[in-house]
Amino acid sequence: MRLSIFLAATFLVGAAATAEEIAPGDVVFEDGAVAQSLSGQPGDPENGKVLMDKGAGNCIACHSVTALSDLDFHGEIGPLLDGAGERWTEAELRGIVANAKMMFPESMMPSFYRITGFIRPGDAYTGKTIDPAAIAPLLSAQEVEDVVAYLVTLKD
Amino acid sequence: MRKSTLFCAAAAAAISSGWAMADPDDDELVINGEIEIVTEAPAPEHVENLDTIYSGWRFRTDETQALEMDDFDNPAMVLVDKAVDAYGMPDGTEAKSCASCHDDVETFTGLAATLPKVGEDGKLHTIEDLINTCRTERMGAEPWKWSGEPMQTMAALIVSQSRGLPVNVSFDGPARSFWEQGKEMYYTRYGQLELSCANCHEDSFGLMIRADHLSQGQTNDFPVYRLKQAKLISKHNRFKGCIRDTRAETFAEGSDEFRALELYVATRGNGLSIEGPGVRQ
Repeated sequence: MRLSIFLAATFLVGAAATAEEIAPGDVVFEDGAVAQSLSGQPGDPENGKVLMDKGAGNCIACHSVTALSDLDFHGEIGPLLDGAGERWTEAELRGIVANAKMMFPESMMPSFYRITGFIRPGDAYTGKTIDPAAIAPLLSAQEVEDVVAYLVTLKD
Repeated sequence: MRKSTLFCAAAAAAISSGWAMADPDDDELVINGEIEIVTEAPAPEHVENLDTIYSGWRFRTDETQALEMDDFDNPAMVLVDKAVDAYGMPDGTEAKSCASCHDDVETFTGLAATLPKVGEDGKLHTIEDLINTCRTERMGAEPWKWSGEPMQTMAALIVSQSRGLPVNVSFDGPARSFWEQGKEMYYTRYGQLELSCANCHEDSFGLMIRADHLSQGQTNDFPVYRLKQAKLISKHNRFKGCIRDTRAETFAEGSDEFRALELYVATRGNGLSIEGPGVRQ
């Protein structure tokens, strides 16, 4: 099942590349929120749910989510995400996932859709340096949309 | 007290949701029924954002804690026995052993509690530096690799002579500039994940990040036997791994940067007991 989700996501990302995708440097924040879809496409909450636990999303490493309690090892250094879809609008959630520091300047949360301004950026987890021009965002535009689409489903 | 509002928000969320909070436990550490270890102490004045400092031992499971309470159970002590042999083994062009100059290893009692420190050459010296200086300059032997087994087992043997003594690392006078450098590193948010030492080990200790229970990152237990790697680990090896895991270009073991960070972090533990070689998960 995961494979089919992955394939679906790949297809969506592929499709998004031809739509009006917003580059990391061009994202417009308003009070920390981002109104427009980064990919120009709707998010897929099912893939967003996968990203909560996997890959560069890995949200539950720091946040607990009761709706995902079948998964092991939720972290607790970030706020509980239960009810996130009620506390925040979709635009606010998009802004927080893309770059939480726009809303909370001291936030410990990594910026998932940003590619500049890092101190000693490395090539993934190798510990080696990376050409700054080669830095990719932690999540693609579509993956941000997918995570946001999942978060808005967290209503209590 | 942790001043981060982020922490407060996280703690409030964790409490209200019923997720297990896991501050340091209340266990007391006595090694071999005789060496009393201070695992909790008032934070030194220069550690502005903490009230209390805790040994990492207090954050581990009962099973892991037990391994450090008796030398027969501590997997590091088998390695220390090897270092006892190496201590008396002549090496190098001078055919000298450690014992040739230093007599019994007990003469090192207290040394580890003061390291790293600035030498007469104006450089900051860790225990690895002291060992390699002896090897290359007095013994005419090859230097040991920073995190290799011979180095870390010998470091563990020397550190273990100070078990139970309070960490008392100086950072005034010539050490001050190194300490300032280390402090700046401690609060620098490295890498694409933009995480500093302080984000996890000052703002968030006691909380879970994935399956890891965050400690204050104290170093009074080093060299430490890390169960997941089944060997003795150097401080610089852990620094390197942590910074790598922020998706950063890390620093090298034995680099001047890590010497400075080692000094700063060591002074954050002034008042805890030396307990190396410790055992961690």
